[in-house]
Amino acid sequence: MDSIYQSLAAIVDAEHVSDRPEELYIYSFDLGTAEPHRPDYVVSPETTVQVQEIVRLANRENIPVVPLGGGMSLAGLAVPLRGGILLDLKRMDRIIEVNEKARYAVLECGVSQGQLTSYLERHHPHLTHSEPGAPPAATIVGNVVIHGQGDLAHPYGFNSDMVNGLEVVLPTGEVCSFGSCAVGASWFTNHPMPDVGLFLGWCGTTGIITKLSIRLLPAKRIRGIGRFVVDDEGLVPEIFYKLTHTQMAEDIIAFSSAIPPFASKLQHFTVNIAADSEKELELKQEIIWDDTLGEYIKRGDGAYLGFTRSLERPQISKTSDYKKGGGFEYVGSIMPIEKYPECYRRGREISERHDIPYTVTGRCIGAAHSMMFAWTYAFNRADPKTIEGARNALHETDRLVLELGGVIWKPGTFGQKLVLERLDPNTRDLMKKIKGLLDPKGIMNPGNWEIP
Amino acid sequence: MALKDFAYGDTIHRCFRCGYCKFPANWVDVNNCPPYARFRMETYSCGGRLWLSRAWLNGQIDWTEHLAEVLYSCTTCRNCEVKCPLRFNVDIVNMVVAARGEMVEAGRLPAAVKNFLQNVELYGNPYGTGRSSRGAWAEGTEIERYNGHEYLFYVGCTGSYDARARRSALALSQILRRAGVSFGVLGNEENCDGNEVHKLGEQGLFEVLAQDNITRFKGLGVKKIITLSPHAFNAFKNHYPAYGGDFSIFHYTHVINGLLKAGRIRFSDNMHVRVAYHDPCFLGRWNNEYEAPREILKAIPGVDLVEMEKNRESALCCGGGGGNFQIDLLGGSENSPARRRIREALKAGARVLAVACPKCLIMFEDAVKSEGLEENLSVLDISEIAAKAWGMIGHSQ
Repeated sequence: MDSIYQSLAAIVDAEHVSDRPEELYIYSFDLGTAEPHRPDYVVSPETTVQVQEIVRLANRENIPVVPLGGGMSLAGLAVPLRGGILLDLKRMDRIIEVNEKARYAVLECGVSQGQLTSYLERHHPHLTHSEPGAPPAATIVGNVVIHGQGDLAHPYGFNSDMVNGLEVVLPTGEVCSFGSCAVGASWFTNHPMPDVGLFLGWCGTTGIITKLSIRLLPAKRIRGIGRFVVDDEGLVPEIFYKLTHTQMAEDIIAFSSAIPPFASKLQHFTVNIAADSEKELELKQEIIWDDTLGEYIKRGDGAYLGFTRSLERPQISKTSDYKKGGGFEYVGSIMPIEKYPECYRRGREISERHDIPYTVTGRCIGAAHSMMFAWTYAFNRADPKTIEGARNALHETDRLVLELGGVIWKPGTFGQKLVLERLDPNTRDLMKKIKGLLDPKGIMNPGNWEIP
Repeated sequence: MALKDFAYGDTIHRCFRCGYCKFPANWVDVNNCPPYARFRMETYSCGGRLWLSRAWLNGQIDWTEHLAEVLYSCTTCRNCEVKCPLRFNVDIVNMVVAARGEMVEAGRLPAAVKNFLQNVELYGNPYGTGRSSRGAWAEGTEIERYNGHEYLFYVGCTGSYDARARRSALALSQILRRAGVSFGVLGNEENCDGNEVHKLGEQGLFEVLAQDNITRFKGLGVKKIITLSPHAFNAFKNHYPAYGGDFSIFHYTHVINGLLKAGRIRFSDNMHVRVAYHDPCFLGRWNNEYEAPREILKAIPGVDLVEMEKNRESALCCGGGGGNFQIDLLGGSENSPARRRIREALKAGARVLAVACPKCLIMFEDAVKSEGLEENLSVLDISEIAAKAWGMIGHSQ
């Protein structure tokens, strides 16, 4: 038994460290198309102190550390590209505090989306968080780290905009706090401290977030989904614009897919509406469906498809089984909303070239300040050809994002290289200096955001 | 065995490992898959088991003792099937059982599993105790051998051999006798029902057991069977018909509840106790019976029935299913499912944890001791609670 294994077992315990082929196999995979790479060890710590000790050990031994949350990014961001210690953080799953009046929650890094949704529903029914479309096993911190967005992205923006504070284990083992908690106050705000913004979007290459304070948001008593459809993709940007102007919706999504065939080429909208009373609901529905979208119905350009009371939370996704193949991956992008028609058309072309039924989705962020536009490619996990086909389509789409003037959201290593090629050289140099300063041995999730 | 010849070779890759299977219905935590709750490594999640099974069948990884333990740590509780939103969900446990079957075929089994199966084959029970003592639990009582009675009371291995579970078998027998139910037992002639053998992947031995039991039951003219254990209930109800075993099967809670409704049982003792009921997997998720046990408890004067946060189809398994009450791959930790469940009962304010399964009874009673909670929580089978409420068992029991 090697000394690193023994040291890891001394830090956690023998049951939560493994160098056995079964754990190394399972943790070598992303759920998308990324090629697997085996770690040398899998460790599941329970405390920040244990994370610190593991990081210090990795520094001494000069071996990589790859932090893993829910493992749902689908972009291969926690695949141990150069082996080392795979750090499964899901045992750190305590909800430390919910402050009802100041509307925030302090969480450990392993708290899942489902866990927080359930906790708030049971103990703080007036509060909610912006829940992403990821499975409920995805972690809150993991989603924040990748600049995720959720079902309150229209009124409140990216989930990473809702950070009130962080506790981070640096690559050299020190623990740092950021936000109001750093000066001994409660975790109620990230402002107005000097901006050090070093940890979000870096895929764990600059440190491991162990605690997070995230803003909670008002939960209305009634929540539901209204549906609308148009046959012209060119109308989508103006509809986004008009709907966001009303400030009556919680979430606005446009999507189109090849399946079912009768609905192919149509652009569907889901508009989440919430209210505390029937009167409020009626008013909002009237403003959205009659005053705002009524003109499209009158012109024959669109149709109202009804309103379903209640909202499925956590959201259930069945995308992975579309091809009965257990796999899908998507390229996400942050795009100006006026690019929706082109994103849709070009995405369809790519899908058709790779013989994959197209699925595209655009979620409105803020007051139509941007949208997250995603192109999804299903594959059959048992058929390497379909995996390769999906991977090629994904790479082609990564290029398309930049060509259309967008930014790739949570890019995998392929997309990261494309971004770095275009990145302002001075910004590249700054990122390189920051990385070198924080992680002098280059042990943190190597292979991601590497600047030569 | 190659993947292409595997019974679920065209399905097993469809698991995305999205992790829905770890949750209960209310999403409160990711600890509702017993092995994952115990070890908190992805290998032990439902998806981990399916991916590992496929990798082994595909030749990507070799068989190891650890691989086998990961597969056999599944208690076949079916929480994964309830929570998985995908269309193949009905076959998840079947896939695990089939992969175990391949290990049985290959003769590559953990020692504890091998012992379990050998004991069942040799002695008709997993304990390795002689067949001649199977009926000893009823000695000195007036319980009759089956001889054309309306019901066969099938006690099962646990109720026959385990000292603690025997008390619930006796309590049930007393209730049935006093209520005037015509029943008899098989004594030493009883054989293992095979439910766990089936779930351990030994289909050949299961068939032998099923055919032996069916032949015996039919030879005696049995038409109706009452089981103490939901595991036997499941085997008789869901597996035996494929071998010609078409009997009317009742879990004992069905029978007691029926007797209550017919006025043949009248609870009198006021128990003044807060009780939480634990849904056994093979009565609940496997056979969709959630109400009969609760109706019995609600009918008892003074019983304050409370629900644990995870109940009915979200109940956390005791960790004893799929042979684990014997092979014990999930024990030895405060994260063991039974110990977690005991803490959940305590959190619900219960002073008594009521069960309707002899395996749950043993698992939880051990867990109470491990947690040092003997003064705070008692574990009782519903048969015992009902007998006490009918004034048949002293309060010391």
